[in-house]
Amino acid sequence: MKKAKIFAAIGGVGLAVLSIFLIAADHIDSPSVAGTTTDIADLYAFEGSNPDNTVLIATLQGPLAPGDQTNDASFDENVLLEFNIDNTGDFKEDLVIQAIKRGDSMYFFGPVAPATQGLSSTVATSGPKHKVKISTSSEVEVTDQDGMKFFAGPRRDGFFFDFNRFNKVIKGEVAPEGFLPPGEASDFFENLNVLAVSVEVPNSMLGTPPAHVGGAVGIEGLPPAYNVWVSAKRRQ
Amino acid sequence: MKIYKLSMVFITMCASLLFVQCSDDDDNVLGLQTCNDGIQNGTETGVDCGGSCEPCAEETSIDFSGTFMQEDIMGRPGINTVFSGTDEVKNNFNSTTVTNRADFTSIFENTLETYHDVYAESLGLDPEDVNYVPNILGLDATTFATVLSQFDALQVAPNAQTTYFDSSTGVALTGRNIDDDVIDISLILMFGGGDINNLNFDGTNGLPLLISDSVGFGDRQVGDFPYLETPN
Repeated sequence: MKKAKIFAAIGGVGLAVLSIFLIAADHIDSPSVAGTTTDIADLYAFEGSNPDNTVLIATLQGPLAPGDQTNDASFDENVLLEFNIDNTGDFKEDLVIQAIKRGDSMYFFGPVAPATQGLSSTVATSGPKHKVKISTSSEVEVTDQDGMKFFAGPRRDGFFFDFNRFNKVIKGEVAPEGFLPPGEASDFFENLNVLAVSVEVPNSMLGTPPAHVGGAVGIEGLPPAYNVWVSAKRRQ
Repeated sequence: MKIYKLSMVFITMCASLLFVQCSDDDDNVLGLQTCNDGIQNGTETGVDCGGSCEPCAEETSIDFSGTFMQEDIMGRPGINTVFSGTDEVKNNFNSTTVTNRADFTSIFENTLETYHDVYAESLGLDPEDVNYVPNILGLDATTFATVLSQFDALQVAPNAQTTYFDSSTGVALTGRNIDDDVIDISLILMFGGGDINNLNFDGTNGLPLLISDSVGFGDRQVGDFPYLETPN
């Protein structure tokens, strides 16, 4: 993008616009969800300790300070958390794993084809159903059933980032140094928490992965891969 | 870390002992699950209910009805927060599906170049001379912005190494581990240019350090399921 076009677009407010920035990977990303029970902080997806499994972890409502803020945080019965899995390569969800709180437990449905794709969802009560008692900071509850594992509760935030320095960097306040060197930088999230929902699922339940999307933009040699994202949806 | 219900394990063990006495039926232990044997086994979520049996009484009364509308969505880390730029764009991003993001590509590309311009200006350089350089994945600015905006999902490879980027193996975009340094990887893709052995903005030659925030996983640990640690 050429300079003239950029400055035509952002004009004199460029620096001000850039000063409104990142809290974390997705922590508190958008004014419409910041501080609400649908606010997603992070998504992790990786091979399980059993290599035939994939682990999906979503974190919510972060960052939470230790103590009361963490202990008082709770999942919302009106919020449906969905792990979306595209196994055909069109970036539309072919399978979902849904999580929703009822009482002292988190109920899980799926993997199952959703009734509808897109912005709205219903709970797939016809799909495989499991539940796990929601954990506390001190008591961990795990359901291990049908080859799947489930967890819901507070956890230490796994995200690490010198967030305060980043805000200065993007405003040009710390030129020419930029980020701090090791030893001087500090991890904003080091001692903070999140609410986490973890699912471990056999790959055999997720279908055959499509060709890696990297191939579409000239990145060759990547293995077939599902496209995975998480969404938080509120009951209307 | 895991707390099993010992009583359940005990009951299940007792039940299986009953079956193994019938040696000819050993292979059919699971097949012997019934919905009226007085114990929770097989796929049951309660005693003789749930799973492949009739729903448990307590659960049939739970209301899961209603329509739920998307308020937040996330694929790769940091995309909306780093590239959307304004509150309005961020809100719009969160209320769109992954396949409906064509309008975000030019916005993301603008943001990418604006980051470079902000730093160029603060260094007293002409913003025209400090631009995004195709990154180590070989993506030019438009293609990079397209991948970020229109293919915003984690690619997750089953039965293969999963990593956001592993410089030691060169494997990239096959998942996201808890301890993957997604910030440094993102910064390298945004500012580092195309030569992994000679990255731009590495803090030398009078240029700022923009490709690493210099913090790592610290004293955190990744355990077994649920993988994230006990809260602070």
